[in-house]
Amino acid sequence: MEFALESRIGQPWKRPKFIKSPVVRWLMIVAAIAYLIAAMYSIEVNWARVYRGLDRGWQFVLAFVSPDFGSRAHDIRVGLTESAVMTIASTVVGIAISIPIGLGAARNISILPVYLTCRSIIAVSRALNEIVVAILLVAIFGFGPLAGFITLSFATIGFLSKLLAEEIEDMEKVQAEAVRSTGASWLQRYVYGIHPQVVPRLVGLSMYRLDINFRESAVLGIVGAGGIGATLNTAFDRYEFDTAAAILLVIIAAVMVLEYVSGMIRAKVQ
Amino acid sequence: MLRLNKLTKIYKTGDKALNAVDLEVPKGQVLALIGPSGAGKSTLIRCINRLVEPTSGAVVLGDVDLTRLGSRRLRRERRRMGMIFQEYALVERLTVMENVLSGRLGYVGLFRSVFRQFPQKDVDEAFRLLDRVGLAHMADKRADELSGGQRQRIGICRALIQNPALLLVDEPTASLDPKTSRQIMRLITELCLERELAAIVNIHDVALAQMFVQRIVGLERGGIVFDGPPSDLTEDVLTRIYGEEDWSETIQKLDVEEDAA
Amino acid sequence: MVVSTKNGLKVWQRRDRKYQLISWAVLLIGTAIFVWCWQEISRSTTWAFFWDAPRIAADIGSRAMPPRWEYIFTLWEPLWDTLNIATLGTILALMMAVPVAFAAARNTTPSAYFIRPVALLIIVSTRSINSLIWALLLVKIIGPGVMAGLIAIAIRSIGFCAKLLYEAIEEIDEKQVEAIEATGAGRWQIMVYGILPQIMPALAGISVFRWDINLRESTVLGLVGAGGIGLQLQGSLNTLAWPQVSLILLVILAAVLVSEWVSAKVRGAII
Repeated sequence: MEFALESRIGQPWKRPKFIKSPVVRWLMIVAAIAYLIAAMYSIEVNWARVYRGLDRGWQFVLAFVSPDFGSRAHDIRVGLTESAVMTIASTVVGIAISIPIGLGAARNISILPVYLTCRSIIAVSRALNEIVVAILLVAIFGFGPLAGFITLSFATIGFLSKLLAEEIEDMEKVQAEAVRSTGASWLQRYVYGIHPQVVPRLVGLSMYRLDINFRESAVLGIVGAGGIGATLNTAFDRYEFDTAAAILLVIIAAVMVLEYVSGMIRAKVQ
Repeated sequence: MLRLNKLTKIYKTGDKALNAVDLEVPKGQVLALIGPSGAGKSTLIRCINRLVEPTSGAVVLGDVDLTRLGSRRLRRERRRMGMIFQEYALVERLTVMENVLSGRLGYVGLFRSVFRQFPQKDVDEAFRLLDRVGLAHMADKRADELSGGQRQRIGICRALIQNPALLLVDEPTASLDPKTSRQIMRLITELCLERELAAIVNIHDVALAQMFVQRIVGLERGGIVFDGPPSDLTEDVLTRIYGEEDWSETIQKLDVEEDAA
Repeated sequence: MVVSTKNGLKVWQRRDRKYQLISWAVLLIGTAIFVWCWQEISRSTTWAFFWDAPRIAADIGSRAMPPRWEYIFTLWEPLWDTLNIATLGTILALMMAVPVAFAAARNTTPSAYFIRPVALLIIVSTRSINSLIWALLLVKIIGPGVMAGLIAIAIRSIGFCAKLLYEAIEEIDEKQVEAIEATGAGRWQIMVYGILPQIMPALAGISVFRWDINLRESTVLGLVGAGGIGLQLQGSLNTLAWPQVSLILLVILAAVLVSEWVSAKVRGAII
């Protein structure tokens, strides 16, 4: 409690700094500023091109006021159906594959070799960008929704298995142990000890992933993997901004509806 | 010094929290406001500095009617009313010193407050106050590293550095253990005496109130049902405020505790 | 769990009858939808390609190996552009997301009936559309290049950051704000002393999190002409230069792993 008040009076007070050492602090500030300057310097902007583009940009904004759903209604419908189909199929297949991998990747119920294999599958799936995967799969399987479907399923596996494995690792051990103490087999243990605790969470995550898969399916078409993205890409290529605006509005609406529904289901399950 | 004139608050839900309350607090008087939960104690205090907007009536501080002020004038008048909260309400992620200095925000411009360039006399005063409550060595600690009693002391410093004429104290001891509660109440009353501050203290603990204040006001369903010195607080009065219960223990315990203290 | 009586014996059932019926119905409808989806996919698939896939994959694989290592010297500059797109895009997004978040949070919005819906609309519309689509659009408007990618990343991130941030703002402890207000502080002072300290950890976490995502996304923006390493990827794919493609993919993978490591470190330091 010793405090020399008199010596403190009249001294300025400064807030303690986030980084204590002044040398490190200044080095970081200088480095940050240097980076920002270098980064901005490296951006080349063709202002004349931007200026010419402004008119086009304005047209696009106007297109949102009068979107054209009509003239390419058929293409939009086909694209949207294809996106929906890819989304649903890939989510279902993704979940089906995620469950065993997720179980295998949970340290507390799996054996080491299985654990390592499952974890590396998850790591590969998470590290690869969906678009990159889609490009490779289009090269292998040809254009169309099959490539998109496989891409999304693969991405779903990385996402769901990881969260599922973490969920199982976190869950109450006691309950699973109580079931084991009755002498249950591995399958019975899963059905009675783990399943009831993890399923609500799994349903929630799946709904969330369905939502993500739809958003992703909207871009896969740009690289030829099917879905509404292809329709959108065509519209942009032809500078049909009113059709493009219509497609974007459809995507936004679909995402909002899906988000609302998945939110509702998640709230109900948990 | 502070006069409440037919102060009424009706919430949007239709609950009548305050019903034409008249109250006068002279300079330097510490007043305890007791009453059951939901009697309107908290609302009363918050109507005075208009954290809660009163429905009708007047709050006169000195000779200014606070209920009629625009937001700029109100902010200036709020500087004269320091407030101390139940759960301390310190900004947890700021340092102790920043929390104390935040009491000066009403006096300091935006630019200086953003860059923590408070005038030297404010900084000195903050250190004096921290030293007074015995926490000057904690000045650069973050508020969430402190214990409950320590946090409440910082809360007191924040209120006092405003250089107020009136303290509004909302359940200062409700989250503290009995011993710390007494220390905090003693500190508040001592400081009020030193600085000739008036104070309105909301408090649950009747015995604690009797121990430290000169005047007790009992509030029940938005109206004042008792106003007098602690010695007049009989079993009958407590029954009127809180309802039927055996009150003899509360009052007896008080005598014993006063001997011990 | 229900116990019913059957032939004088108590029978234990896990769920009651109505619940069982509903679950079976959901399962049946779900299966039907899935089967239909599968047929749709297989209808637009040339299955000959599918059976041929392993051979093609092996063929591509053999062409792609080994990667053309000396190509790395051409990649440094696009990689630098990619990093800049992600970083500057995130900074730009945050500058716009912070005001939007304050306008969208119930407890800080200046007007709940006019400004809040507008802010929410901005959040929803920028969030629903992938950055690759934004890039596609911006390339048409302002021309191909890093700038288009940067803005695409920024726009896409506004909604994401603003949504997480406004949820954080709505969760702050109002008592701390009230205490600052009671000192006679002005509106902006309340913001700086009462609200900002409480949301700082969330803001820092969100920025790093989004930066990590943005780096991943900016690696592919070049496919539509919006700058960065994706441009090289597109070029190499078009010329079927598989050894270059494999090197680019390795570089992207490394960049993603590094960014994940950095963001984990930074988040650890902040929280």
